[in-house]
Amino acid sequence: MHEIAGADFILAIGTNTTETHPVLSLQVRKAVKEGAKLVVADPRRIELADIAETHIQHKSGSDLALLNAMANVIIEEGLWNREFVEQRTEDFEALSQAVKDCTPEWAAETTGVSAETIRETARAYAGAEKASILYTMGITQHICGTDNVLAIANLALLTGQIGRENTGVNPLRGQNNVQGACDMGALPNVYPGYQAVNNPDMQQKFEKAWGVELSPKAGLVVGEMMDAAYAGTLKGLFVIGENPLMSDPDSNHVIQAMDKIDFLVVQDLFLTETAEKADVILPAASFAEKNGTFTNTERRVQRVRKAVEPIGDSKPDWEILVMLSNAMGYPMQYGSPGDIMKEINAVTPQYGGITFERLEKQGLQWPCPDVDHPGTKFLHKDKFARGKGKFHAVSHVDPDEVPDEEYPYVLTTGRRLFHYHTGSMSRRAKGLAEAYPEEYLEVNPKDALKLEVETGGKVRVASRRGEIEIPIRVTERIQPGLVFASFHFRETWLNKLTNDARDPIAKIPEFKVSAVKIEKVV
Amino acid sequence: MSEVTITIDGQEVTVPAGTTVLQAARMAGIEIPTLCHDPELTSPGACRLCVVEIEGMRNLPASCVTTAGDGMVVNTISPDVMDARKTVIELLLANHPEDCLTCERTGQCRLQEYAYHYGVRGDVFHGDRTEFPIDDSNPFIVRDLNKCIRCGKCVRVCDEVQGRSIYSFAYRGFDSIPATAMDESLAESECVFCGSCVSVCPTGALTEKMMHGVGRSWELEKIKTTCPYCGVGCNFDLNVKDGKVVGVTSNAESEVNGRALCVKGRFGYNFIDHPDRLTKPLIKKDGEFQEATWEEAINLVAEKFTQIKQEHGGDALALFSSARCTNEENYLANKFCRAVLGTNNIDHCARL
Ligand code: SF4
Ligand code: SF4
Repeated sequence: MHEIAGADFILAIGTNTTETHPVLSLQVRKAVKEGAKLVVADPRRIELADIAETHIQHKSGSDLALLNAMANVIIEEGLWNREFVEQRTEDFEALSQAVKDCTPEWAAETTGVSAETIRETARAYAGAEKASILYTMGITQHICGTDNVLAIANLALLTGQIGRENTGVNPLRGQNNVQGACDMGALPNVYPGYQAVNNPDMQQKFEKAWGVELSPKAGLVVGEMMDAAYAGTLKGLFVIGENPLMSDPDSNHVIQAMDKIDFLVVQDLFLTETAEKADVILPAASFAEKNGTFTNTERRVQRVRKAVEPIGDSKPDWEILVMLSNAMGYPMQYGSPGDIMKEINAVTPQYGGITFERLEKQGLQWPCPDVDHPGTKFLHKDKFARGKGKFHAVSHVDPDEVPDEEYPYVLTTGRRLFHYHTGSMSRRAKGLAEAYPEEYLEVNPKDALKLEVETGGKVRVASRRGEIEIPIRVTERIQPGLVFASFHFRETWLNKLTNDARDPIAKIPEFKVSAVKIEKVV
Repeated sequence: MSEVTITIDGQEVTVPAGTTVLQAARMAGIEIPTLCHDPELTSPGACRLCVVEIEGMRNLPASCVTTAGDGMVVNTISPDVMDARKTVIELLLANHPEDCLTCERTGQCRLQEYAYHYGVRGDVFHGDRTEFPIDDSNPFIVRDLNKCIRCGKCVRVCDEVQGRSIYSFAYRGFDSIPATAMDESLAESECVFCGSCVSVCPTGALTEKMMHGVGRSWELEKIKTTCPYCGVGCNFDLNVKDGKVVGVTSNAESEVNGRALCVKGRFGYNFIDHPDRLTKPLIKKDGEFQEATWEEAINLVAEKFTQIKQEHGGDALALFSSARCTNEENYLANKFCRAVLGTNNIDHCARL
């Protein structure tokens, strides 16, 4: 994370860092202060744009055109790193073919950004000594999210801006332990440590470790679970610490799906919107009431320490899981989270040497295969996980939903500094709730004029899936035709509007583009 | 890198060239008092509390801005040094409200500590007292500039670490204070309430509003942990009194963030003991939730899941795990889902 401060060129694309990763944004500020060139690419004039040398305000959903045009410039102008491409990568030809026609002039049309700006950015990135790219959900929450990520990787491979200190592509993870949840196998296709469930060797390994037969068939992702529930094939659902009713796209569909589930169990701190639908609610302990570890966005495993006893009869999630497992006839015997970590060490190569004893002193970045290993600061140093870095030919596609006459505006969604996720924690934190009591929709002055609404005035926003009412704030930070709000507030239930169209590979829904219509509430 | 050797209070210390006398002393375990100095910030050499005597120099230089030179002989506790420090403290106390009885910083206040250490009482100079209105216009930070000693750390941390530059010194001389632009309240300013300025303030001028009256500093137990909000993974200390989390304070030993935090991490802890917390298992009967024992709830869930699994197969079940649970819990959720429920239908909110 401190590496970012040492970069001399930073492209922050689709990441509202000052609000979503505030302390990390300090590193970006530090780099800028020390003379780094910062380019912010975001459809909204986010705060970080204020300190950027260039703000690329491209249309929501046009990232791929922008990135491919940068690759085009880098190849056409011979700015690519021949040595790196030769030694460390493969399939350069495929990329070169794919972006041949993606000239900045072509991209200017799709993105709304001038060809000159695209050229300059490409040159600056390729020419920098140490260039780093930061991105988050602004890149991934599109139906072409996987391709967007590949397009970013293409740029880093082309220029060799990877595998050295202060370079690389840095996806910033949103919630505190998304990284850890993925590492620990809370994913339908992989066991802990990204060991594929459909790989017979892995299946055998875990069958042996756990003493049961396991299914080789990859499971369903969240969105598919909802579809299965809606279709009636999913009968029982166990939700731990999530609130899909509010966090998932197309909430009305989610609500209907939940209603069809025969037996719903929710384990949480609060009676969330989802918990209200449950047949059984199990009260869980908060982070302050339990021991364990979280893994941050740079793969650093750090301790969570118990400071107080669980409130009332609530229990840490791990204890509840142990009880339930025992009740279902599969004995689990762990005295503490440290015991569980020992099992993790044994079956997860990346976590092999990460023990509570070592974490007492300091965090450890995985891969850390054994207890003598110091942990790994940055990945891909001498070689990529798969050997050579592979270029991928990817091309621009329009968002699933484009504005039309009936739904002329594009709604894009995100987060606010003072709040978190579906608000179940932050809205109950006194100061935060006071400082940011309600949500508003950001609207460009031109659109506000058309709608005849001023700041504080209410509008009705409707998509093909649902509608909400919400006050607006008129701001130049947003382009005409685009509107923005966060999904933290139940009163302005934003995901009733969003589209659950998903990227075919990563299956991330397209939160960043929904076509909506807006009218004044009188 | 070249090194220099200096003698401090008769003790020889070898340090890298470029080290300040203050740093050298601290490396040798010799304590020199400071108010305006902070190892993470630039040093203005303004408070003059860290003065020392250096052989061959006429005045008493401030050790935080004096570079150690080879062969230097430093005395940190000579009578002249002690006198000079006393005077600095006397002058500060002359314009300081005598509010230690109820001041939030009592026990952690540097001014109080040094006044005690150097035996300075507040009645030496009876100066005019500045009177500023207290700014408590926001939910997070109380600014009582009457207790400000003009060390300028808040100005520097906000500028140098946060990059916000909310404060700058306004007015001259006696009335000089770290003020916001246009002297507006923090609530009206561009402040993002990261609380960094509070974490460096050596007195009671900047304090955490929600920690007012919850307990004296020495009554609070501090437990280092990791923030439950975003993926940066900042560490901080939960402050605990009588089994209750009453505040969050920076822990300078945090690898990722040092003392920096954002508003969520520093001020977002009240949800922990919010009255809305679920405290008992609940079972829905006829559309209403009814309290149950753990045994009842667990048995019911186990029975239902087993029944569904038997009738429809494991793939008729699914589990949403959580990006807010620990690694150990996610591991168990993954094991429970695959080994006990008998399905790979497990996912979490990674994509949201
Ligand atoms: S809280 Fe943070 S942003 Fe606000 S004045 Fe203090 S240091 Fe600056
Ligand atoms: S303090 Fe703020 S920046 Fe740090 S982990 Fe918590 S939410 Fe993220």
